[in-house]
Order: sequence, then structure tokens, then C-alpha cells
Amino acid sequence: MSKSITAKDLNVYYGDFLAVEGVNIEIAARSVTAFIGPSGCGKTTFLRSLNRMHEVLPGARVEGQLLLDDDDIYAPGVDPVSVRAMVGMVFQRPNPFPTMSIRENVLAGYKLNGARMSRSDADGIVESALRGANLWNEVKDRLDRPGSGLSGGQQQRLCIARTVAVKPEVILMDEPCSALDPISTLAIEDLIAELQQEYTIVIVTHNMQQAARVSQNTAFFNIAGSGKPGRMIEYAETSTIFNNPSNQQTERYVSGKFG
Amino acid sequence: MGDKVFSGLALLAGVAILATLVFVAVFLSFNSVGAVYREEEGLIIRQFLQYAYPLVIGTLIASLIALLLATPVAVGVALYISHFAPPRLSKSIGYVIDLLAAIPSVVYGAWGMSFLGPTLVPLYGWLHQHLSFIPLFAGSPSQTGRTIFTAGVVLAVMILPIITSVCREIFIQTPKLHEEAALALGATRWEMITMAVFPFARAGIISGVMLGLGRALGETMAVALVLSPGLLTASLISAGNSTIPAEIALGFPEAPPGSERQAQLIAIGLVLFIITLIVNMTARWIVSRHKEFSGAN
Repeated sequence: MSKSITAKDLNVYYGDFLAVEGVNIEIAARSVTAFIGPSGCGKTTFLRSLNRMHEVLPGARVEGQLLLDDDDIYAPGVDPVSVRAMVGMVFQRPNPFPTMSIRENVLAGYKLNGARMSRSDADGIVESALRGANLWNEVKDRLDRPGSGLSGGQQQRLCIARTVAVKPEVILMDEPCSALDPISTLAIEDLIAELQQEYTIVIVTHNMQQAARVSQNTAFFNIAGSGKPGRMIEYAETSTIFNNPSNQQTERYVSGKFG
Repeated sequence: MGDKVFSGLALLAGVAILATLVFVAVFLSFNSVGAVYREEEGLIIRQFLQYAYPLVIGTLIASLIALLLATPVAVGVALYISHFAPPRLSKSIGYVIDLLAAIPSVVYGAWGMSFLGPTLVPLYGWLHQHLSFIPLFAGSPSQTGRTIFTAGVVLAVMILPIITSVCREIFIQTPKLHEEAALALGATRWEMITMAVFPFARAGIISGVMLGLGRALGETMAVALVLSPGLLTASLISAGNSTIPAEIALGFPEAPPGSERQAQLIAIGLVLFIITLIVNMTARWIVSRHKEFSGAN
């Protein structure tokens, strides 16, 4: 499990609007890569193009190549649905299904495959996914309670458990801690470090300290002005980006001069 | 000051609704006494029930047919408008559906009587020929098509816009967050709808259906025109059956004021009132049963 990601001259469009231009990046398997940059710089758009989630908006499309290991996920005939099954996503705000119990939430993605499973198999999946998300001990006695009754941080870990349960190759995280308190944030960051053993993780964050804490590599995105496309300015090891960036814009951003 | 005025007005509005309800209930009960009590014989509840139960069953059958036909179509149309149609098209479809609601019921009645009924006659013949072993299609098929089934179809068309627009409103409000959660797990569009949209909209769909049922139960003109009323029969395709509103509409002008017949009609009106009340309370109960899981918290 876990695959590498390679983007080659990737342009992302919303209709005629070029939102992200010319991204070339290689993300290694089993690593954590952070995307940082000011608001509107296209980092979230690029993240969402990694599992074709940006296509939820009508008119969204890409040019260029996006390879998962060696397979182009935008090749003709590739079903976005199967891409999303391989590349899971955790969102900015925790979004467990409100009508489902904790257990049902964990199994939600699994059931999509239509695989019939025995009660004990399902129990096993629920336990391992929740353990994988460091949530098992907190919820094991109330698996049949609604997921929406948990705290924000627990809900977010439930969403991670739900994503992990379908055994994706890659997990994308779109500012997963921005709606959480510091303690919950710490729990998620610890979890990211553990998940990295098995998955390729890409995380968008506004919090530069967080990027420094969790990631091995960091990509800095910036935008020349409103209405202009976002670009990836610099991509390097996280320590290099924060301590010794080669680009002036990166240096100004990480030292807090703008953004 | 402004707060006080507003809370006073709100209270007044609330009290006015309750007062109207109580007034209607008292009026109906008081005036129906003549239907269940005769001075010389005492209580005649059994006779009244003999009179009422075919009408109650007829009303329920017509409404049930209408619901069974209208609900799937309405949910489908609402879903198409909210999640499948391109934006321009979905708007115009919405308008057309709303137009259906603007057609007066007497027009529906005339249409059902003079067009839909005769059109359905061959279908009734076919149903009778091939499926007459089912009691629903047993009796001799009507030659005019003015049957309880035709009435049900007309009612279905009439309640379609209500159910559609309530469902559409709810479907549109499904949080993007939950739709994307489903899609990100690898759900197809339909799976996303069953995972995120339907559970969210459940209560709304039920209330839309109940609103539709309310209209179907109380609909007078269309049924009075379409149906050629008669005795209760299990067959949907032969003449016969009647509904409470149609019975009242057809009978009331000929009932002398203060007579036992008039009391009977008012009493049957009270029965309809109670049925509608039960329907609404059941709907509320269904909606509130899963409150914890509704996402409202």
C-alpha cells in the first residue's frame, strides 16, 4: 500500500479560469508533505485535484499529467470514483455523517464496495480503523451512538478512521486542524506521524509551525495577484524551506513578512 | 418596548391558531350530535358508523393511490432538479412544477372526468382481463372511467407539486460537507445521494408527503367531479366508492338546515378532521423518533 504522486506540468482550471499553473512535484510514498502559502494561492485547489474532488464544481478540469505511481489518474476512461477510493480525503471541518452511528460512520466507505461481510468481520474493521485513528479507547463503549455527539477533535479522528477503513493509498488532509483546539490538534498531529508508516500523506495547512512539526517535505504556493493563477514557488525538505529557502518569496512568507 | 410588542403579537398569533382549532372542533362536535343521537332511540352510533366507514375507507384508498403514485415521482423530480439537471434547466422545470400547483382543482376535476377517465378505460379493461383474480381488479370495469383509481391519479397530479417543492428545498440544503464526505470515500453520485442527501432530507420528505396527504384527504372538487360515487367496493376499476369530502360537497346543498342528514354530514366532517389530525401527529412522531441522529445537534 501507499503510492507516490507525480504531477507533470499540471494546470487546474475552473471553466476558463486558470486556478493553478504548471505544477511539477514528486511526492514520495510513506511521507508527509505539507502545502503552505497565503489564502487563495491554489494549494487547496491543487490538493483537491489529487483525488479529482475539485470536479464536484461543474467545469473543473486539468491539463498535464498526474501519476499515482505510474498510472495517470486523469487518463481517459479513468473513473473519478475509483480514484477517490484510492486517495482518501479529510476535510477542514469534521464531517461525520450525522444520521449514522460511530460504527456506521467507520463502515460507510467500506459498504460502498457492496462487499457483504459478517458481523465479526465488520467489528474487526471498525476496531482496527478506530485504533488506527487513536479513537478506539474513547468510543469503544458507545459505538452505536451518533457520531455527531463526539467532540470536534474526536469527530475529526472519526473522519480519519472512516478514511483509513477503506485502505487508501494516499490520504489528503485539507487544514484538518483549523477548526480544533490545541489539544485535539496535538492528537491529530501525533496520528499523522503514525499514519505515515503506512500511507502517503499530503496536508494543506495555514499553520507554519504545524507544517514544520509534521512534514518531511514542504511545498510553498503563492499567487502573483488576484485573478492570476497560483503557482508552486518552491518545494524542498521542510527544514530547508523554513531555514534556508532558495526563493525570496518563500523566505518572506516563512519569516512572516506577508501572508 | 419593541420586544414587548413583538412578543405580544407572536403570542396573539399563537393563541389565534389554537382558538380557531378549538372553535372548529367544538362547532363540528356540537353540530354532529344529531347524527349519533335520536330522542326516541337514544344513541345510534352503530348506524352512523355503518354510514361512515365506507366513506372513510374510500377516502383512504383514494389518498393512498395518490401518495403511492406521486411520492416516487416527486422525489425523483426534486432530486433531478437539485442534483442532476444543469442549472438553467432545473430552474425551468421548477417553474413548470409550481405551475401545476396553480391550476384550480375544479379544472383538474373536469380534466379527470372528461379526458383522463375515458383514456384509462382500455387500461381498466386490460387489468380486468388479466388480473381479475386480484380483488382490486375484480368487478366489471367502468365504461366511463370515472372510478376511484382515476380519482387517485388526479389527486396524485394535484399533490405532486407540494411534495416536489418541499423535497427540492430540503435536498438543496444538504450540507456540501456531507456530500463531499461521501464522494471522497469513493461514492458514486447515487451512493452519495443515499448516504448524504436522503438521510438529511428524511424528515423533510415525510413532512412533504404528509402535506400532500393532507391535501389529498381534503380534496373536494376534483373527486366530486371525477368519481361517480357508489357503494364501497374493493374493485378500483369499477364505479363505486366515495370519499368524505365528495360526499359532503354533493350532499350538503340538499340537506335541510338542522336536519339529521346535515348533522350526519358534519359528523363525517369531524371524522375527516380526526383522520387528518392523526396523520399529522403520526408524521411528527416519525420525524422526532430519530431526533438524535438528525444532525440538528
